[in-house]
Amino acid sequence: MAAGGPSPQGGHKQPSRRAGALRAAFAVALPVVLALAAGAVLLVALGKDPLAYYVYVLQRGLLSPTGFEASLTRMAPLLLIAAGLIVAFRAGLWNLGVDGQFLLAAVVVAAAAPVLTAAWPAFLAIPACFAIAVAVGALWSLVPAFLKARHGINEIVSTLMTSFLGIGLANVLVKLPFNDPTTTVPQTATLPVDERLARLGDSTVHWGVVLAVAAVAAVHLAMTRTAFGLKLQIVGANPRAARHAGLDTGRLTFAAFALSAGLAGLAGAVDVMGVHGTVRADWNPAYGILVIPLVFLARFHGFAALAFVFLFAVLAIGGESAARRLGVPSFFVLVLVALLMLFFAVTEFLGHAFGARRRS
Amino acid sequence: MDALFTEAFVAAFFFGAVTAGVPLLLAGLGEQISEKAGVLNVGMEGMMLAGAYAGFAAAFLSQSFLLGFLAGALAGLGAGLVMALLCVVWGMNQIVVGIAITLGAEGITALLHHIQFARSYPRLSRVEVWPLPGLADLPWLGAALFERNPLVYLAFALVFVVAWVFRRTQLGLDLQAAGDMPAALDAAGVSVTAVRFAAVLAAGLMGGVGGAYLATVGGGLFLPFMTGGAGFIAIVLAMLARGRPLWVLSGAMLFGASLALTTALQVAGVDIPTDVIQMLPFAMVIAVLVIFARHSHLPPALGIPYRRGER
Repeated sequence: MAAGGPSPQGGHKQPSRRAGALRAAFAVALPVVLALAAGAVLLVALGKDPLAYYVYVLQRGLLSPTGFEASLTRMAPLLLIAAGLIVAFRAGLWNLGVDGQFLLAAVVVAAAAPVLTAAWPAFLAIPACFAIAVAVGALWSLVPAFLKARHGINEIVSTLMTSFLGIGLANVLVKLPFNDPTTTVPQTATLPVDERLARLGDSTVHWGVVLAVAAVAAVHLAMTRTAFGLKLQIVGANPRAARHAGLDTGRLTFAAFALSAGLAGLAGAVDVMGVHGTVRADWNPAYGILVIPLVFLARFHGFAALAFVFLFAVLAIGGESAARRLGVPSFFVLVLVALLMLFFAVTEFLGHAFGARRRS
Repeated sequence: MDALFTEAFVAAFFFGAVTAGVPLLLAGLGEQISEKAGVLNVGMEGMMLAGAYAGFAAAFLSQSFLLGFLAGALAGLGAGLVMALLCVVWGMNQIVVGIAITLGAEGITALLHHIQFARSYPRLSRVEVWPLPGLADLPWLGAALFERNPLVYLAFALVFVVAWVFRRTQLGLDLQAAGDMPAALDAAGVSVTAVRFAAVLAAGLMGGVGGAYLATVGGGLFLPFMTGGAGFIAIVLAMLARGRPLWVLSGAMLFGASLALTTALQVAGVDIPTDVIQMLPFAMVIAVLVIFARHSHLPPALGIPYRRGER
């Protein structure tokens, strides 16, 4: 399977820095405007006022203090998943199994956290829970990593399979061994509010968000500035060349998978210990399939991913409020993300075609 | 327990297995065609969902299953057209465009359902069947295989048609070349773009019909996100089958059987979470991968956009 995708460093020689920056800003702004415009057409077709909808989403997701805090909180799991995907995608591995890795780690941590926080002080219990989550996530990527490294088996198949398997297993765990018998719906024991991740100042935002931002920054720097990151990128760009250069591609594949899935697992721990406090049966936010396009739009670039995840979190939180208030279902946000992807793709293609014609 | 395994119970189980397996069969065959031509169609989930919604809406409004299947085919074809244009003609990343199509289809169909059906949740009546004389009365499997809607017969027939096209026709060779060595196909004077474009459209069409069958015959209603990963299972089936339609058939029936087993065990009053049974086929696929890992083969150019003169 080819790595596919744009090379993160690729692109054309720009005539000057400023013109390049201007073009880049235009290349980002144009698809966003086009996607919002196409979304507006859809809203009109639904009999809703698009301007009122967008203003409301902006107010509830960004401008109101509670909405802004909710958006920041939502970013935590999304960013950790994004960090994991950046590692995998840059290493040329299509880890499409994030949802299973996330959910399985979330369930195990949801079961472990109430026990550990009751027995140990927070400074021990919380890192222990995080370590468990990373281990569970990484463990769940072991089979795809093995199949890829030893037998060259396409990781899309194996990660999709382990994802479905992980989601099923997570549900079984919630319904049988980890079920809290005192509740009527199957769910894990609830983590007391006092034991959850501490809030930042007076806000409702927990410090997992800071951890997530740090993780994205760390991953970005590790991938672009360290020998390890460079090795992974070489494996991603051309596995055969990497082997000829004497790199242990098998070991690097295992490392990239473990890191990617471990971060997805950590996302599960942060979401459970920061927000929900428990996992109910059949809960599956399916963050993975939403973050994959965002990471791709960001060209696997950490700081750009930060911006896209923020934009998405605002849309998601605002969209959920709008669903209650304006009667536009929150599914509309899915359509917006899809439109955004398509318009990015189209503008990029047209930009390339235009650039090629000018050069020739 | 013994009393449970009466002929009626087993016949109902097989019937359910085929009903659940046919959408996977159609989508898996379509996916196999596009994979053979070198296009990894990750948008299959979205194509099935588009077909499911359009199929249900048309069948409900016209009270005709045939029109439902046709509408599903058209919706899948439309989604396939987007995929073909962006990925085959413009050479964009197939995984990303596929995920975008899936997200878009999820959002749009859920929105449309919210507007049209969310208050009433209408259901369709039972689909008409054309029993094959003689065969339909066979014990155990008769009702499951030979007392069905014509689409089921068509789906089974397609397995052999696709196998014949792959093995015996020029089109089959062209498809294979487009996936194995597109430059050679191009040099032979056949347009790689045209072959791949057609392959993706075929995948969209078949996925759309599969989705329509899932909603109209399988469920009798439309629910948001109702495909629940069936499109991704179809992708996996197609990849594991490595270009052999009969393997898609066996795989689809296996998955269908495990879905039907869930219902059967509930009817039988066996008290284990349904998730356990639903996990079985995935666990089996992973086991198969681990055990038979060395024989994996995929078209070398799978997932790589073709640009003339580029290596």
